[in-house]
Amino acid sequence: MSSLGYFVEQYVMLAGALFTLGCVGFLVRRNVLVQLMSIELMLNAVNLMLVAFNRQHMADLNGQVFAFFIIAVAAAEVAVGLAIVLAFYRLKSSVQSDEADQLRH
Amino acid sequence: MTVGNVFFLVASAVALFGACMTVASRSPIRSAVGLLITIVGIAALFLMLNAQFLAAIQLIVYAGAVVVLFVFVIMLLGPDAGDGEGSIARARLARYGAGAFFLLLSLGAAHLVSRSELTPHRFRVAAVGHGSVEGIGTFLFGRAVIPFELATALLIVAVVGAIAVARGKPHARRQVKSASPTARMFNGPLMARDAQRPLPTKAERAAKAAGGM
Repeated sequence: MSSLGYFVEQYVMLAGALFTLGCVGFLVRRNVLVQLMSIELMLNAVNLMLVAFNRQHMADLNGQVFAFFIIAVAAAEVAVGLAIVLAFYRLKSSVQSDEADQLRH
Repeated sequence: MTVGNVFFLVASAVALFGACMTVASRSPIRSAVGLLITIVGIAALFLMLNAQFLAAIQLIVYAGAVVVLFVFVIMLLGPDAGDGEGSIARARLARYGAGAFFLLLSLGAAHLVSRSELTPHRFRVAAVGHGSVEGIGTFLFGRAVIPFELATALLIVAVVGAIAVARGKPHARRQVKSASPTARMFNGPLMARDAQRPLPTKAERAAKAAGGM
């Protein structure tokens, strides 16, 4: 039964597990840096799923090119996100997300 | 067990282990290393899925740029990058409640999927050149050339925006003059005349001393 790694469902389950871990990390942690890393985790899980579906439907390369664009957008997102983290740190001397309460007062 | 089975097993275990490390570790530098491990595992899975070009891009962009950027920022912030002590109890309850709710939701979804009567879809034999640099390049500069150009514009705007946000406003960068003379003396310029403050003359000092008494 040499089936491990040759069925699209196995990749979908793995990507779902990674996405769940990323989402739980984003919700539970309050360190902004770890939250950004959790977002990266979710984007990676989606990339894996796109590539797995593209392997299943090989008529064209839509899935892989979509994953390529997601990687480009993720790089831009990380650069801007970390710049915002630095600006926030200059304002509050902290990187905990519950310190960002300027709108509350 | 063939080589492919073992490869898939090891790569997926590495990816899951790295994800757990990212989410669960206390120190952000360990989280960054966990993210790196996950990315390497997913790059290996891309190889398994006939996406050689994407595996290389994944290693170059994520492992080479994104994780290094995270590590730069963690080192720039120093000890402040870690978890602070103490948080609002209600906020903590909300965070853990939301996390547990999403976990339950995804476990329920996995249960529903495993109960369904789907026949598993085995991969067909891959076409020659599927996912090669040539194939992706032809697609990227043919049908997908407009999104490709838009992605370059997005990256330029992101770089300029990141620099603009991270540098802050110029007037905020200037040193704020403190009201306390002690703070001015120890944090300000070494020589009094450098701070545009001429030294008080002997008569002024005497008048100040007399006024203070």
